[in-house]
Amino acid sequence: MNRIAQAFASKQNLLNTYFTAGYPSLHDTIPLAKALVEAGADILEIGMPFSDPLADGPVIQGSSTVALANGMNLPVLFEQLKELRTAVPTTPVLLMGYLNPVMQFGIENFLKRAAEVGVDGLILPDLPLDEYEEQYHALFQQYGLKAVFLITPQTSEERIRRLDALSDAFLYLVSGPGTTGGTTLPDAEAQQQYFERIAGMNLKNPRLIGFGIADKAGFDRACQYANGAIIGSALIRALDGADDAPAAAARFVRGIRQA
Amino acid sequence: MNPATSYQQPSARGYYGEFGGAFVPEMLYPNVEELRTRYLDILADPTFQAELNQLLRDYVGRPTPLFEAKRLSAKYGTRIFLKREDLCHTGAHKINNTVGQILLAKRLGKKRIIAETGAGQHGVATATVCALMGLPCVVYMGAVDMERQAPNVARMRLLGAEVRRAESGSQTLKDATNEAIRDWIANPVDTHYIIGSVVGPHPYPDLVARLQAVISEEMRKQLLEQTGTELPDYVVACVGGGSNAAGAFYHFLDEPSVRLIAVEAAGHGVDSGHSAATSVLGKPGIIHGSRTLLMQDEHGQITEPYSLSAGLDYPGIGPLHAHLGASGRAEFVAITDDEALAAVAELSRFEGIIPALETAHALAALGQLGAGPQEVVVVNLSGRGDKDLETYLKNLDKLI
Repeated sequence: MNRIAQAFASKQNLLNTYFTAGYPSLHDTIPLAKALVEAGADILEIGMPFSDPLADGPVIQGSSTVALANGMNLPVLFEQLKELRTAVPTTPVLLMGYLNPVMQFGIENFLKRAAEVGVDGLILPDLPLDEYEEQYHALFQQYGLKAVFLITPQTSEERIRRLDALSDAFLYLVSGPGTTGGTTLPDAEAQQQYFERIAGMNLKNPRLIGFGIADKAGFDRACQYANGAIIGSALIRALDGADDAPAAAARFVRGIRQA
Repeated sequence: MNPATSYQQPSARGYYGEFGGAFVPEMLYPNVEELRTRYLDILADPTFQAELNQLLRDYVGRPTPLFEAKRLSAKYGTRIFLKREDLCHTGAHKINNTVGQILLAKRLGKKRIIAETGAGQHGVATATVCALMGLPCVVYMGAVDMERQAPNVARMRLLGAEVRRAESGSQTLKDATNEAIRDWIANPVDTHYIIGSVVGPHPYPDLVARLQAVISEEMRKQLLEQTGTELPDYVVACVGGGSNAAGAFYHFLDEPSVRLIAVEAAGHGVDSGHSAATSVLGKPGIIHGSRTLLMQDEHGQITEPYSLSAGLDYPGIGPLHAHLGASGRAEFVAITDDEALAAVAELSRFEGIIPALETAHALAALGQLGAGPQEVVVVNLSGRGDKDLETYLKNLDKLI
């Protein structure tokens, strides 16, 4: 069983934490990964910073700007990730980022390097589904990498079923309209109906809810409708200005995990 | 593929050659898909066409004149015609697109309009049609551009639009576009995004090109009347994203005898490190949902273009233009800030027309064409210079 399936099989209410590689300091990537997992994170999503992150709100945009100024890029990241499986042997790790830096690195080269360092899956929000299906699905499989797709309140049932069929990791439920960190459906009832609608579809993949989940209350609420939740912007905010970023990350996760 | 329409029409997925497509996150997919599945039917609808044509005539002021610039012609030793898009309502070609898209938005049932703007011309054109139709309008504009195009900010506000500062990145057109896209992600149901150029995910490049194509449609009729033939030897237009060039080229794309000259902003010079000449400096990449030529570093981070003109400093070009360049159908020329300023002075003195700084780049290419005395050159005079007066005043030494 792969690490992603193993994580979902062994536990309920999974906490997936997102952080931007190279933020707050260039070499925080591995120490942060280790601290997050030791404090109770179940899945790690490592952001590959991009100059123009269209799906991200101000917090992740800001962390990306800092990370790029610190000198983060894909060759540096893959060099750092050689330590990944020493630091976190069993935790599923996903790389999240935009297509253009991956294209310039070379998609096949990227998949090869990701597989070599022990990455489990990829979230590339601006990779069109048709292109993924026709050009890259087989290549992802060849390298043993899982694709994670986003679903929003506007995604049609037909499309959700297609995304579910093409994925064998988990589905990423975007909590409402908006970019990372910012969404709250104006109508909590509409959001609940959306979560329940997806929960009732009998999809083969587990589901994590993300965007705008900031604290324990938000995490607990998301867990009522899915297999867990993804927290990104709130974690980045907790790292902002911290003297010891791994310690701040661990404190943040313990705050979510407290009984 | 039918070769007669191959340059005009993208593939079903929005590709011009290897450029185009719709690289959008899932949050944008339903909006873009709604537009993609409906725009051709709406554009072809006779009641839409009737409403559009009436507004183009009575509100925009079309057809715009095709003016033979005789003194300029004498100087360059060829026959130069100016397509007077600067005489459109609001002072540039941009309104051709916004009039069409606001009618489209109404048919899609949208209640709110957003737009990005660089020089402010598209923002003004969008604010104008929103006032006309009574729809709320939010325009995103880079903080830097708000400073250098202050009169257009005032115009938009006077027209009732809300102008929001884009303060990320270089605080120019690219960042304003990012912010507009983020707004659309947050408002997926009731909002229509009026993109101002032939950029963005499919179907926007095709939609905007079709709405701007009226420029070349009129040129053909006017050339027939004035020169006895519909086809000129050259069509010259400036390219930032490329909307006025797309409109000026459109009905000549499949006429191989017509040379299409796309003029980019070289800024301080193509190799100076301060330039916006994407066709020279760009590599294939993805910006704002489209695969096109893109100025970027070796790691795929988008770099900041430079041009004195706020309408040309975009790090990409429309996918149609990337294809026209790659296939050799269009020839690309790069003009520096100073060459453009000299062209502002020249047109002002020779023909009594003060052009926009963007447009002046196209005019500055006249000396490089090598056009003969019997040849006909049409320059798309995309906008007027009122908005640039402050820049012109600061550079008076280069103008007089």
